[in-house]
Amino acid sequence: MKPMNENELAQAIKSAGKPLRIVGGGTRQALGNDVDGGVKLSTAGLTGITLLEPAALTLVVRAGTPLRDVTAALDAENLQLPFEPMDHRELLKSWGDTTIGGVAACNISGPRRIQAGACRDSMIGVRFVDGAGNIVKNGGRVMKNVTGYDLVKLMGGSMGTLGVISELSFKVQPKPERQATITIHGLSDAEGVRVLSRALGSPNDVTGAAFLDGTGFVRIEGLSKSVAFRTDALKTIFKDHEVSVMDNDLDAWRGIANADAIAGDDGSIWRVSVKPTDGPKLVQGLRDAGIAVNAQYDWGGGLVYLSLPDDLNLRDHMDGISGYASVLRGNGGGAMRITSQNKLTAQIEKQMRARFDPRGILNTGIMG
Amino acid sequence: MQMPIPNADVLSKKAHIIRRLLDVLPPEAVISEPNETRAYECDALTAYRCPPMLAVLPDSTPQVSDILRICFEEGVPVVPRGSGTSLAGGAMPTADSVVLGVAKMNDVLETDYENRIIRVQSGRTNLSVSGAVEEEDFFYAPDPSSQLACAIAGNIGMNSGGAHCLKYGVTTNNLLGVTMVMMDGEVAEIGGAHLDAPGLDLLGVICGSEGQLGVVTEATLRILHKPVAARPVLMAFDENEVAGACVADIIKAGVLPVAIEFMDRLCIEATENFAHAGYPDAEALLIVEVEGSEIEIEEQLEKIIAIAKRHDPVELRESKSDEESAKIWLGRKSAFGAVGQIGDYMCLDGTIPVSELPYVLRRIGELSDEYGLQVGNVFHAGDGNMHPLILFDANKPGDLELCEKMGAEVLRLCVEVGGCLTGEHGVGIEKRDLMFDQYNPDDIEAQLFVKDVFDPKWLLNAAKVFPLSATETRRNAS
Ligand SMILES: Cc1cc2nc3c(=O)[nH]c(=O)nc-3n(C[C@H](O)[C@H](O)[C@H](O)COP(=O)(O)OP(=O)(O)OC[C@H]3O[C@@H](n4cnc5c(N)ncnc54)[C@H](O)[C@@H]3O)c2cc1C
Repeated sequence: MKPMNENELAQAIKSAGKPLRIVGGGTRQALGNDVDGGVKLSTAGLTGITLLEPAALTLVVRAGTPLRDVTAALDAENLQLPFEPMDHRELLKSWGDTTIGGVAACNISGPRRIQAGACRDSMIGVRFVDGAGNIVKNGGRVMKNVTGYDLVKLMGGSMGTLGVISELSFKVQPKPERQATITIHGLSDAEGVRVLSRALGSPNDVTGAAFLDGTGFVRIEGLSKSVAFRTDALKTIFKDHEVSVMDNDLDAWRGIANADAIAGDDGSIWRVSVKPTDGPKLVQGLRDAGIAVNAQYDWGGGLVYLSLPDDLNLRDHMDGISGYASVLRGNGGGAMRITSQNKLTAQIEKQMRARFDPRGILNTGIMG
Repeated sequence: MQMPIPNADVLSKKAHIIRRLLDVLPPEAVISEPNETRAYECDALTAYRCPPMLAVLPDSTPQVSDILRICFEEGVPVVPRGSGTSLAGGAMPTADSVVLGVAKMNDVLETDYENRIIRVQSGRTNLSVSGAVEEEDFFYAPDPSSQLACAIAGNIGMNSGGAHCLKYGVTTNNLLGVTMVMMDGEVAEIGGAHLDAPGLDLLGVICGSEGQLGVVTEATLRILHKPVAARPVLMAFDENEVAGACVADIIKAGVLPVAIEFMDRLCIEATENFAHAGYPDAEALLIVEVEGSEIEIEEQLEKIIAIAKRHDPVELRESKSDEESAKIWLGRKSAFGAVGQIGDYMCLDGTIPVSELPYVLRRIGELSDEYGLQVGNVFHAGDGNMHPLILFDANKPGDLELCEKMGAEVLRLCVEVGGCLTGEHGVGIEKRDLMFDQYNPDDIEAQLFVKDVFDPKWLLNAAKVFPLSATETRRNAS
């Protein structure tokens, strides 16, 4: 099924006799748990930018619009999505055209998440069709809005289980005039995260903080003189280390966003969200246990991508670590790919899905 | 203001409920004498008052859990309360309710500079959260003007903002996790010190739910290093529209000030008489503040001033010292108080797309003439969050009603141009009955689903946020 507008979408859901599997561009179908069968419902017909207002930094766009088109339209106005969504195709070995709706439904963010917030933080309005076929709107196109409950956040990352998103509003931002990356070399994982913490805990407004292959990457963005000044400030902070500076290195950050460092590895790929200082602790624990592990850290250490042996369930090794792990690729020791935070939240989530999707037809099972 | 008829059954077992509460709380934590419950009869929306049946002041999460379990079993409505500074009546009780105040719960539980978080009990005031990390030059970014008094609990309840949220975001963008007691007494841990929580974004919908989903007892908040310095520039214009156009141009230019504040003539004059900030005689003024080191401040101000000059300002005043900066902010910060000196006022909170500022300001002026009520405008212009202050005379019969009627028209205007009823103060009882102007029944129903899940008996602050007609069946079913 491929509805061409919101009313057709509502009709399709209302009259659905069987469970539906919702597909945008199909590049992230591997995220989440297996969906039990289902008729494919494509959002690819719901395309187009309905509003792009540079003076208000707002974008309204239909959910099936390819991210590529969104980026091109923003480029033309020298704007960007603040949350720098990652591209999963390399990692998941998928292909196709990512849609903006898929980005929102999976709350996909990239390195700038530590400073500008996640995808859900830039979402300011949503229209969706719930499981009963009702069209619902929440939020709008203004940056500050506390009128009623914030279902916009709830829809961000709901993976199609509460409703099929038809349109989204985003807060966008001007592209920075300049970008610089300070790289700090020759560090252990724990030292690496400590270095990132120092950068993030300084007044230099860091917009990217990653660690891989013994090297810390610290990004700053903004007006030219300001970037030059902060580059010097960070070089001073790290004067005891071996430091170099890269200018406007967009490719390096693309690679970090997309977890290129581990995308080619064999075995299972895990994504772990932790308290930054727990990142290296987790990895060290695995190494100490003699487990083969490759890691890339982003978000100052708080986001760790790991490649691990296929038969290993990482959750069995998370004692004393605050955070959670999900399987992106591979068997992951047979673990559920994603779960809820705890028993009580699982119960709340289940009831929430039952309320929004009483027939249980929207991406059933994907979130557990 | 219409409120649901108090539940006679609940009122009749007041003594029994007190006894049960005293089983789990020390005597001083249960307030039942009418002369004492009166202290909780309203929040900062003082036009509406109603003393609660009881007020309780727990000092721990387990106590909150006990209280809620008892109220759940007895079917007693509960109104969560932080510091009671809501401007929307969010913390106003009903006559059959127990007000659950978290003011005693104000400990700092953990500060962690390496991971840039602080965990506090929710009764802690906003300013004292920053105070707790000041020694390391850190701060908690959301800064409502009421920050000296308001609690993190209420900030989460209302998803509060502040002058500097143009850069740092509002509460929801700075909240990482909560401990929240559900109406049945179960304690939920949602989110934590890590950035992404698994599963549905429950934290996102809890923030801004106005005390209707659970009682937040602890919060994990993001803290940041303070900027090196900040400096405002004041610019005055002889037309509101021109000031509005200047705001749009600054935003488009790619400089991101931390604040852009707007004041119109009425507010300028009122604050001059009240606080003597030395503001110029003008129709409108903007305060634009930037942050950073000296070089960064200069670089940003250079761009901003160049933009301002294109709009022929009648005055441009760049602060040259901390003293001058304080003076520039003095007027803005005392604006509400100053307008209060002229008379009673109602403070609106609608948000509009920034591009609509000139049109909306003109329409508000026309409505002011039509209704014969003066209006002052002072607001966060960078994000379109307006605060029209409509003046009225509380002693003049019918004036409050007239003012409310005009307020409703202004808010409808905000919705009409693509904005919303409230940008940071919340719906409460004040804007409850306008919800259908922004949302249709299906939109509202989806929001009610969320409440059904968290509070199936509809006991938590249930007379707020939604028109009573929309929730009647649910409230009566319990
Ligand atoms: C002079 C003045 C200036 C202000 N300036 C601003 C401003 O700049 N920006 C802004 O956003 N607001 C502002 N406000 C409004 C108000 O201060 C905020 O809404 C504030 O967050 C309320 O906090 P509080 O602790 O007083 O909450 P309360 O008024 O006690 O409660 C607010 C809401 O939160 C709920 N709540 C309270 N505690 C809990 C809890 N533990 N768990 C769950 N829900 C709870 C209540 O039920 C209620 O719905 C201002 C108010 C005044 C009087």
